[in-house]
Amino acid sequence: MNLQFRVEKREQGGPLFRILAIIASILIALFVAGFLLLAAGVDPAAAYLEILREALGSSYGISETLVKTTPLIITGLAVSVAFRMQIWNIGAEGQLYMGACAATWVALFSGVQGSLTLPAMFVAAFIAGGLWASVAGLLRARWQVNEVIVTLLMNYIAILLTDYLIFGPWKNPDGFNFPITAQFSQAARFSEYFDSRLHSGFFLALFCALAIYLLMERTIWGFQVKAIGSNPAAARYAGMKTGLAIFLVLTLSGAIAGIAGFSEVAGLQHRLQHGLAPGYGYTAIIIAWLARRSALGVVIVSFLLGVLLVGGDSLQLSWQLPVAFAYAFQGLILFFLLASDFFINFRLRRITEETDG
Amino acid sequence: MPDLLQLTHIRKTFPGVVALDDVSFSISAGEIHTLLGENGAGKSTLMNVLTGFYAPDCGSLQFEGQAVHFSSPRDSLALGIGMVHQHFMLVAAHSVFENILIALQGIPLLFPRQQLRTRIQQTIEEFSLDLELDTPVWKLSIGAQQWIELIKLLMRDCRLLILDEPTAVLTPQETDKLFSVLQRLKQQGKSIIFISHKMREVMEISDRVTILKKGCSITTLEQGDFDQHKLATLMIGSDRIPEWQKSLPFSDEIVLEIENLAVRNDRGLADLDNFSLQLKKGEILGIAGIAGNGQKALAEALTGLVRVDSGRVLAAGVDITRSCARNSYIAGIAHIPEDRKAIGIVPDLTLDENLILKNFRTKRFRHGIFQNRSAIRKNAAEKIDQFAIKAGPQGSPVRLLSGGNIQKVIIARELSEQPAVLVALYPTRGLDIGSAEYVHKVIADGASRGMSTIMISEDLDELYKICDRIAVIFRGRLIGYVDPTNASREQIGLMMSGEVPA
Repeated sequence: MNLQFRVEKREQGGPLFRILAIIASILIALFVAGFLLLAAGVDPAAAYLEILREALGSSYGISETLVKTTPLIITGLAVSVAFRMQIWNIGAEGQLYMGACAATWVALFSGVQGSLTLPAMFVAAFIAGGLWASVAGLLRARWQVNEVIVTLLMNYIAILLTDYLIFGPWKNPDGFNFPITAQFSQAARFSEYFDSRLHSGFFLALFCALAIYLLMERTIWGFQVKAIGSNPAAARYAGMKTGLAIFLVLTLSGAIAGIAGFSEVAGLQHRLQHGLAPGYGYTAIIIAWLARRSALGVVIVSFLLGVLLVGGDSLQLSWQLPVAFAYAFQGLILFFLLASDFFINFRLRRITEETDG
Repeated sequence: MPDLLQLTHIRKTFPGVVALDDVSFSISAGEIHTLLGENGAGKSTLMNVLTGFYAPDCGSLQFEGQAVHFSSPRDSLALGIGMVHQHFMLVAAHSVFENILIALQGIPLLFPRQQLRTRIQQTIEEFSLDLELDTPVWKLSIGAQQWIELIKLLMRDCRLLILDEPTAVLTPQETDKLFSVLQRLKQQGKSIIFISHKMREVMEISDRVTILKKGCSITTLEQGDFDQHKLATLMIGSDRIPEWQKSLPFSDEIVLEIENLAVRNDRGLADLDNFSLQLKKGEILGIAGIAGNGQKALAEALTGLVRVDSGRVLAAGVDITRSCARNSYIAGIAHIPEDRKAIGIVPDLTLDENLILKNFRTKRFRHGIFQNRSAIRKNAAEKIDQFAIKAGPQGSPVRLLSGGNIQKVIIARELSEQPAVLVALYPTRGLDIGSAEYVHKVIADGASRGMSTIMISEDLDELYKICDRIAVIFRGRLIGYVDPTNASREQIGLMMSGEVPA
């Protein structure tokens, strides 16, 4: 008797099924990562407990997790907006930097003061991120230039531009020659809560999620984006201006990523400095992929990855594990989550040989 | 005659659907066996079982008396079962020869090119087909592309050929040609499963007819035991065919006028060349022509989807040549596109959403920038009721509907704003009798309300039945108008090949 399996399409499972699949794949990832830990001579159970304790076991841990979650939510939303239209914005990182630069300019050099400062920083970051991404939007809409390449390459430009500013004209004259700008005034900082680093940016992120949800699910513009994303030919036939929509979606995506930059400088760093975002814009791609269509999904996935980031840090401290371990762990989770997609849509069935007549 | 293939009590279910309930029939060697059934009766699923794409849940397949199990299309091909699909599996940029080459099995790495060419050429000549081995496929008409698919199967020495609605894309002359080829194949002892909706063809070609209904094989009739009426009754059963009457005589008022229109395609060739046409109010004007003679360009030029190189389109005296698709729609031109799934619907959106794809911006469906969900739902409920759409569960994507229902969704949407002109491109292609009649009824009803229709079709029977006038198109030019009440099929056929009537 030979064992043969056939791949069969499965009826769409409900949301519960999806969540179960996600939990199962995280458990498998934990299991596999356990071997890595064992190889490093660390008891996996203790390490996982440590991650949880560190990230969620104290009010400090929770607040740190939420602090990490904040930029992930905003950049995740940015990327997922474009995903809805099958547009791949790989440049959230660069757009975040441009948003941060614009917000810094408002805070330090524009002369805007008082209660207007934060709103002005917000608007500046929104516009800067949007403009940065609109280059790719224009190229894609007008000349079919692949947006993946353009947005990706523009990340390097944005980061180097930021470096130029902090090493050059914006360097703090009283900063002992460190490549950082001067600190923001109180008016240019978010409020902090619970005597921790948790700042208003987190609530801004939640607000963004709600706004994106309404925009995509309830407005006629979101309807267009969905239609174009699912079948551009039909959308064009129905009279939708697909080029314009592509341009606008990429611009909006960049503008949202710009807000993340604003939130990081106004809420956490209080100045512009090198290494502002340790790859948030790239993690955002993972988040948008996993969350698929839903803004709520982006929030949840961002939180999970936030836990991992904070918990992973603690592993470095407690066991001197290299930072690569946290990334390997992230990669494993992503790997199994993507694999679970297959099992959500298909099932394996054993082929039974009927012997008749 | 011994049975080549026998199917007994085949059943195939998909999650939530019984696609095939209980199907039994058999094919003898040297027989043309027609499968007849409405859309959704299970023909496609059955063919997928025969070609090894699906394994049946239960029931058995016997090939030459031996029980067989197909676990992949490879297995069925190995036995000599081949299929010409409705959508051809050809590489457009490659030549005819290369496309046939792909299909051949067991070719050595350094293949004997000349020898293979000769073999293929022999097959082409044997059936006196008009096919050049070095022509790239994209240059060929749909009819010629079908020949390639057929040759692929012949080169593989297939013994059972399955043709899924092969005549849907052919002219009367091409159909005759195909039938003569099929008859020759039959004489050579090949078996053919023929799927069609066109009764005339079924009558002409079939040795036996098996009727499928709701996943069951109802009956198999021998030649001589059936006529068109009997087949139609069996196939549709108790389902009612919608009744309709041809519209009243139309007025002489011209609603749409095309003057010397020229459209070049992206290969730089003329799709439409100095084409002129007049459409009168309340008229159903048929456009007859062999596939690829400019019908698609005509529809797209009228609905603003392609750029017009020269000439004018006047709607009620207003020049609308340069306006975009949206403006055309506002100007009152609705469009039923040729390729339903590719451009007619947005497959992942729901039925409700697809119904407002064109007028989602109108005040009725929104509050400011937000969509008015209850209005959208109500609109959908009305349309489902009015157009007898068999909708799936609320909120499920429209791609899950059957072809006929998708067509109804498109028609419901296109007619919802009371257009002055409807441009329908092959609106009944691939539809079952019930659905096709329904489309005719809707168009005829529209005509009696004063809507004018340009009906582009390759099915002359259909044009004869519904049209007030027929215009014949050849190589992008208007050859002439005929009156369907007194023009013969032969006369139109000649005009379709470019002969200008005296």
